[in-house]
Amino acid sequence: MCLSVIGKVEEIKNNIATVEVFGARTQCLLDLLAESVTIGDYVLLHAGFAINKLDKDEAIKTINDIKKIMSIEDDRNS
Amino acid sequence: MIEIVEEIRKVANQLDRKVKIMEVCGTHTMAIRRFGIHNLMPQNVELISGPGCPVCVTPVSMIDIAIQLMQDPTNILVVFGDMVRVPGSKTSIEKERTKNNNLKVVFSPFDIVKITEENSDKNIIFFVVGFETTLPGIAWTIKSIKEKNIKNFYCISAGKFIPPAMEAIVCDKELNIDAFLCPGHVSVIIGSRPYEFISKDYQKVCVISGFEALDILESILIIIKLLRNNDIKTEIQYTRAVKKDGNKKAKMIMTEVFDSCDSIWRGVGKIPHSGTVLREGYKIYDIKERFKIEEIKEETNKLCICGDILKGKQKPIDCKLFTEVCTPANPVGACMVSQEGTCAAYYKYGGTR
Repeated sequence: MCLSVIGKVEEIKNNIATVEVFGARTQCLLDLLAESVTIGDYVLLHAGFAINKLDKDEAIKTINDIKKIMSIEDDRNS
Repeated sequence: MIEIVEEIRKVANQLDRKVKIMEVCGTHTMAIRRFGIHNLMPQNVELISGPGCPVCVTPVSMIDIAIQLMQDPTNILVVFGDMVRVPGSKTSIEKERTKNNNLKVVFSPFDIVKITEENSDKNIIFFVVGFETTLPGIAWTIKSIKEKNIKNFYCISAGKFIPPAMEAIVCDKELNIDAFLCPGHVSVIIGSRPYEFISKDYQKVCVISGFEALDILESILIIIKLLRNNDIKTEIQYTRAVKKDGNKKAKMIMTEVFDSCDSIWRGVGKIPHSGTVLREGYKIYDIKERFKIEEIKEETNKLCICGDILKGKQKPIDCKLFTEVCTPANPVGACMVSQEGTCAAYYKYGGTR
């Protein structure tokens, strides 16, 4: 239940961010974050809330690692 | 990845004993099984699954209370999807949902605000379930409900706090755990400090881990190195997301709305200060303030060993019901019904270790 995913912020309106998560789009509230978030930042999403702002380089590296694992699993299942 | 497994084997060889590492979080259990990490462990390193799924540990009596409230068609019960199929003592929320058609499943607690506004003639009852990862979002929602002066909202407060449960586990003399793989996303909120007493007072290594295969392997390596060096402390492996102090704003919102109380964990029993109760100023939203709740005794299937599985004392394969009677399609115990339950992980990915 504590699953969280990394999302890239594409738009912010009334402290609600539209984020891109592996090609899909979703919205999350930024009200639990003390630091300011701008377009292009990466956040950790959980149940409709951003629970953390992530370091950009680390976030990109993690996304690439996950994509790699997903492609290995896809190959294995096909 | 091969290098890190080799390194784990090398360090494990330098240990003079068998070590037991408990993963506290259900998401870690699923990742360990999915990646087959348990099969990569040397003979003297045992991974044990702990109580880490908020759905699994919600007591049967709380589910029965939710079902009791669903019997009144003027009430709407709101739950996270994971809770729908969890068995109560006689029935489940899923089986009751068609009777009065008064169940709503939400992805985010914030969706509740809209539900209260669209159903102003009904009582909206939210089943609060979750650990520290989820509780700040719920608390924020309850705060906004108060600010908006919404009058038809109530909650069943069944949230749980992780560190008190870990303390209960280390105090159990039948369990001899050497280290904890601590939950990554709970720790995004609470940070690493709340685990330090477990290292200091109970001599257990605590390492906060991320959820990718490499994160978990790296965390296990940190744990066994610390054990080898007899350097008992709390460390963060998941540094890209977890800070020592956690998310201060989220913690502040959570503690403004929720206080701690003694609380029953399904199959485990009562753990001091491990549950959530609404604080003064928010108590008006507690179902106990508004509804007459019949007292319900905690009852579970006597053959089900979920309690021992949640404490890491037994494994799913030790249960007579596992795969014979208890399956994901027809779950008996909570560890099978939740996607992150230990039994569900063993059922999906197999394994005897």
